Amino acid sequence: MATDTLKSSTDTGGVAAARRVLLNNGALSALVVLLVALSFLSGDFLSTQNLLNVGVQAAVVAILAFGSTFVIVAAGIDLSVGSVAALSATVLAWSASSAGLPVWLAVVLSVATGVASGLLSGLLISFGKLPPFIATLAMLSIGRGLTLVISQGSPIAFPDSVSHLGDTIGGWLPVPVLVMIVAGAATAIILGRTYIGRAMYAIGGNEEAARLSGIRVKRQKIIIYALSGLFAAVAGIVLASRLASAQPQAAYGYELDAIAAVVIGGASLSGGVGKASGTLIGALILAVLRNGLNLLSVSAFWQQVVIGAVIALAVLLDTLRRRG
Amino acid sequence: MEGVRKVFPGVVALDGVDFDLRGGEVHVLLGENGAGKSTLIKMLSGANRPDGGRILVDGGEVRIHGAQDAEKLGIATIYQEFNLVPALSVAENIFLGRQPRRFGLVNRKQMNADAAALLARVGIDVDPRTPVSELGIARLQMVEIAKALSLEARVLIMDEPTAVLTSEEVDKLFRIVRQLREDGVGIVFITHHLEEIAALGDRVTVLRDGRSVAQVPASTTEDELVRLMVGRSIEQQYPRERAEAGAPLLRVEGLTRGGVFRDVTFEVRAGEVVGLAGLVGAGRTEVVRAVFGADPYDSGTIEVLGKRLRRHDVNAAMDAGIGLVPEDRKGQGLVLDATIQENLGLVTLGRATRAGFVDRAGQRKEADRISGQLKVRMAGLHQHVRTLSGGNQQKIVIGKWLLADTKVLILDEPTRGIDVGAKVEIYQLVNQLTASGHAVLMISSDLPEVLGMSDRVLVMSQGRIAGELPAHEATQDSVMALAVGTAPAEGGNATATKDVEGSRGH
Repeated sequence: MATDTLKSSTDTGGVAAARRVLLNNGALSALVVLLVALSFLSGDFLSTQNLLNVGVQAAVVAILAFGSTFVIVAAGIDLSVGSVAALSATVLAWSASSAGLPVWLAVVLSVATGVASGLLSGLLISFGKLPPFIATLAMLSIGRGLTLVISQGSPIAFPDSVSHLGDTIGGWLPVPVLVMIVAGAATAIILGRTYIGRAMYAIGGNEEAARLSGIRVKRQKIIIYALSGLFAAVAGIVLASRLASAQPQAAYGYELDAIAAVVIGGASLSGGVGKASGTLIGALILAVLRNGLNLLSVSAFWQQVVIGAVIALAVLLDTLRRRG
Repeated sequence: MEGVRKVFPGVVALDGVDFDLRGGEVHVLLGENGAGKSTLIKMLSGANRPDGGRILVDGGEVRIHGAQDAEKLGIATIYQEFNLVPALSVAENIFLGRQPRRFGLVNRKQMNADAAALLARVGIDVDPRTPVSELGIARLQMVEIAKALSLEARVLIMDEPTAVLTSEEVDKLFRIVRQLREDGVGIVFITHHLEEIAALGDRVTVLRDGRSVAQVPASTTEDELVRLMVGRSIEQQYPRERAEAGAPLLRVEGLTRGGVFRDVTFEVRAGEVVGLAGLVGAGRTEVVRAVFGADPYDSGTIEVLGKRLRRHDVNAAMDAGIGLVPEDRKGQGLVLDATIQENLGLVTLGRATRAGFVDRAGQRKEADRISGQLKVRMAGLHQHVRTLSGGNQQKIVIGKWLLADTKVLILDEPTRGIDVGAKVEIYQLVNQLTASGHAVLMISSDLPEVLGMSDRVLVMSQGRIAGELPAHEATQDSVMALAVGTAPAEGGNATATKDVEGSRGH
């Protein structure tokens, strides 16, 4: 109804279009409200430097969340992404320093570790018939455990050439933000344009109908979890390069932030629904909130309370909007 | 209800419908799928709210905003999909949320006793402590009715309650409905079986395209009712145009799966419609699922055009040109929350992919073409399939196989729960397919349909092909004789049951 009346008002076409976009996208409106509110509350918030800082803070969770978007659209769940990110970063650091491998090979090994972890989860789910929750919970524990084994519990310095990923380009654009944008674009293209992407929506929407329509569901699921592992590895490398070292406790609990970002972005945990743009917005909301609360010097303890409330509120608003 | 109106995005589902119900009457709501019957009753049960018009109960206007409001007004609804919790017992389901309590705890003894009394009233012999998951469909329905009785409903709405029942169960249901009518309950009854109207109804309201077109007494002739329903008279119910049968396309030999089907052998030729008849549970669905590769089998062979198919491999069957329109349209045929375009493109998704990328413009064009050809009634290709009527949903399932240029299309109960108009459209589609040299293998429990549309009828009984009849020899009697033939001991009853059920088709 609302959109119809807006369409008919021609004089303010641009404004009307913007309003329509906001009305149809609860998460985006929430982000805009947050940005406006914080820019009033804190003078420092709107500075370019701070906004880029927010981008950097959002990057790791966003990249993890893009990978999780694939899994969640296909009606699965991946709890292992935080551990896999830490494991991949540790493999990179260890093979470049302790094992003395060339850096490019270390990077390849690191990414391969992420993909292999995802493949293993996928195999357990497709052929072992384990529920995704259990298979990836196991992988969460295995990934964290291996990280501790390899690193023997202490941080390993990251090779300098890779640590540049934590720097900026041209003195202002942080590389993590760039990686996040590239990963987001890749996610949008995969979801919208590729076979595997369309298969994710079909499997998440109705797995049996997808199977009886000739989609090789088991094979696709393995690829989907491998993709999630790939994105986790990228996120792990970005995180470690920011810290200039692979830390065994890095990305601890990030899988929940990733899932929260996907869900705030409008995806459904029962599958079949979700978009890359939504996930990006979800990750940005989490980062803006943390940053803003820091600027307002809200204690870290209360921050958790606020973030929990916002997650509930964002999803609640979205649900109400859809019903109404 | 006065001038009730409901608009869904892009579709006016109901437009100024008047409907009234008196205590102690059975008021039949008749109309094609998509005519607005479900929308109308959802407004009475609180699942939808009207955009216009009023709902009056006992002369006073009411607003029904949810299931609780409906419950308070004494309106109970029994949907086609039951609202029961499988893991809980019969008694718990009947009193769900209203369990009799003592000291804050559920008083199981009293609950079970009350449930037993209600179950006796609807005439089924079930221990109230039985988990609902152990009951068959007919008994589930009786549990739903018992639940409605426990609410002391004054208005009972039943959405196609007979669609899934055997004729014996239907008789039992009718007895209970008549009893309720005598008790002064007003009953809204939705059915596609016209002969049930004369048997049970008092008045009939006919809906067409969201408007009430007529209110007539239940004694109105069936022809007249059909005319009112579809707005034209349907000259030929089964417009089969028989084509010359060509070379064998599909050959199944000695197909066996332990305990399910045995030594099933048949072939389907180009240009043929082969009907697969038999009682429910004879193994028909299991056989076609095995042919399609959806389920495994133990021994035997399946050949398409002389080439053997790999066992339990849907893709091998698809590549060879077999398509399956499954029995459970919503559960297995469609991605309900995806768009029409998405669903139509599902089977051809792989073919429309180059280097991992899907040609979406091409897919849209194809979807547009086929939905036009199938006359799908929709707001646009981006409408979600969930919001389509049953007949239009079925057209989408068939459409996705037509796009894949399927050689042998297997239809499992293709017209179940579909109105007369859409049925004929589907039959015409079958004609087009066979005229262009494709073949159709059709399972149906609707005997007149099998007889009217098939060139040959295969009859299955207890997992075996009991016999094969050419179209001119097949009659309801000869088919039923084969369907129950191998088990005369328990067959007598089934014959009677199925015979009547078959003719209930129309």
